[in-house]
Amino acid sequence: MSATVTTSDAAAAGTELKESASSPLTAVSRRRRFVDRAMTALIGAAFAAAIVPLVWLMTTVASRGIGRFLVDASGERNLNFNFLEQSMRGVSGGAPEGGIYHAVVGTVLITLTAAVISVPIGILTAVYLVEYARGPLKRAITFFVDVMTGIPSIVAGLFAYALAAVIVGPGTKTGLVGAGALAVLMVPVVVRASEEMLKLVPHELREAAYALGVPKWRVIVKVVLRTSVAGLATGVTLAIARVIGETAPLLIAVGVADSLNTNILDGRMMTLPVYIVSEWRKGPAVCGDPSAVCLPEITELRAWAAALVLILIVMALNLGARLISKHFSPKTGR
Amino acid sequence: MSGSRHADAAVVTASGGPSDLRARRDVPSRAFHGASLGSALLILVTLAAVAAFLLTEAWPALTASPDELARAVAWIKPEAGEALFQIIGYLVFGTVLVSAMALLIATPLSVGIALFISHFAPRRLAAGLGYLVDLLAAIPSVVYGLWGAMAVLPRLAPVYAWLAEHLGWIPLFAPDPATGTVSPTGRVALSAAIVLAIMVIPIITAVSREVFLQTPTLHIEAALALGATRWEMIRMAVLPFGRSGVVGATMLGLGRALGETMAVYMIISGGLTLSWSVLQAGSHNTIASYIASQFPEANAMGVSALIAMGLALFIITLAVNMLARWIVSRRAAFSGANG
Repeated sequence: MSATVTTSDAAAAGTELKESASSPLTAVSRRRRFVDRAMTALIGAAFAAAIVPLVWLMTTVASRGIGRFLVDASGERNLNFNFLEQSMRGVSGGAPEGGIYHAVVGTVLITLTAAVISVPIGILTAVYLVEYARGPLKRAITFFVDVMTGIPSIVAGLFAYALAAVIVGPGTKTGLVGAGALAVLMVPVVVRASEEMLKLVPHELREAAYALGVPKWRVIVKVVLRTSVAGLATGVTLAIARVIGETAPLLIAVGVADSLNTNILDGRMMTLPVYIVSEWRKGPAVCGDPSAVCLPEITELRAWAAALVLILIVMALNLGARLISKHFSPKTGR
Repeated sequence: MSGSRHADAAVVTASGGPSDLRARRDVPSRAFHGASLGSALLILVTLAAVAAFLLTEAWPALTASPDELARAVAWIKPEAGEALFQIIGYLVFGTVLVSAMALLIATPLSVGIALFISHFAPRRLAAGLGYLVDLLAAIPSVVYGLWGAMAVLPRLAPVYAWLAEHLGWIPLFAPDPATGTVSPTGRVALSAAIVLAIMVIPIITAVSREVFLQTPTLHIEAALALGATRWEMIRMAVLPFGRSGVVGATMLGLGRALGETMAVYMIISGGLTLSWSVLQAGSHNTIASYIASQFPEANAMGVSALIAMGLALFIITLAVNMLARWIVSRRAAFSGANG
């Protein structure tokens, strides 16, 4: 046993010696170099393998999404933006009209309401976790925030629906119910993002403020939150970007609508993600009347165009998060 | 603690009486403390409320007799030997099967991508690549679903035909015994898993990358100074440090995969069996996708039964998350790199 070890060691030492003769400082055995190269190639390949579908998705959405904008009301090929200005009110069959105006308004209203509910709760909870909480309560809240992160979006929708059914009455579907569902999904995201940002604030800053006799709440507002405001804004914007594309909870809690509804307290509303699904579900339009302008693929065009708009909104939010972060972050050396 | 500090100051400035200044300073502090504590407790209340309200609304379906339920709910077919709990059983199997396949595909790829961005890509490029991943994590699931259903399925179907022809002896790829072929449309469990994998890759990557980037520079430099190659440095310094983060990231991905609705709903052709043949259409469905497909047309008892399914999904994700947290906290204690 020991003899084998010695011989293999000697053999290994021999190869090392041979290689180190050329360059003693960079000597790496052939096997180690091979493993290093192979892993580098594998890791590069993994990156490429993920980029392929992502580029594929982006180009597909862009190229197919533009189609609806190139068809005008008479079915001619003509760049126009009536897709953004019309709702689906009175649109039927394969008529090349009908748009997402009502859906965009619904999405903005519902998402903003969800943000108004969840951002204060989320940031205050993060402040509590970082600045106040100690012991078992801190562990419990951290744990349950993590658990809440894993709530499936459709369960959040069912919860909001059930809550409204108990409080208002069975079958209540309004924008506010949808906003409640989105808020349930948004709060833990805001808490996690904010908590990370607050933790990054150096303790020296807090201690310096305390040493000057500043009360705790002012330390939190003027030092901790001020220092991390860029990170908080980024976190909130990314949380909005995450929930703005949620479909399942809105399908359940808000339903679908063909016309504009700006009252989140009453009646169903259309939202952009739900619009995509409902157009996709319609399948090819049936063209019966030969006198009317009819495109069988109009529903598909609408779905892709709405997907393009949704992706552009999400991208704008992400870009906005970057800009806010750059503009507002305190100028430190880090 | 802070009260005594302010009390001293108050005694010195006796103008408005000691309690005056103290109150003036303490009220905002207390209010702030109270508000933040209240928000934190609200989260616990919300979580309890999710369980409570789902249970309340699911109660009629859970307590109804099987006959009663089958009469009221069209999609429960007693002649096929189905009851609510059996359907939930089929759906749990489908959900776990699809999610497990998605994670098997996504996790190794994600760790590779995260390592590529954090330690292999040129530094100037790394920021841009990280930004790319952040953007992709934000693509809405419904867009993945649309893309999967309209663009990916036509490309996958011939691959499945090839798999069934050449690897059909593997139970996973077994063709339909009646026709000897697999689904020509590709609306099968494996397609859903592939699209789900693409959806969770950005999530797992983003979290893993953050963790890998936090590896202490001293550990990296120590490994390199000992003569380690780049891969050896990653194995010795980066991966041990990031292990708990990767597990957490994977569980985050699992949570997303288990509860993902739209992508599965738009891709899979649903069915209720315990089949392992992931290339046959009409064999599997997930809880979330099933709820989404039945909810719009459901009557009162149907909604109640679907909420009971939602409760089951909630309990499963709760269990997965709790397990994940336990693993992460246990591993964090051993990673030894908290400095």
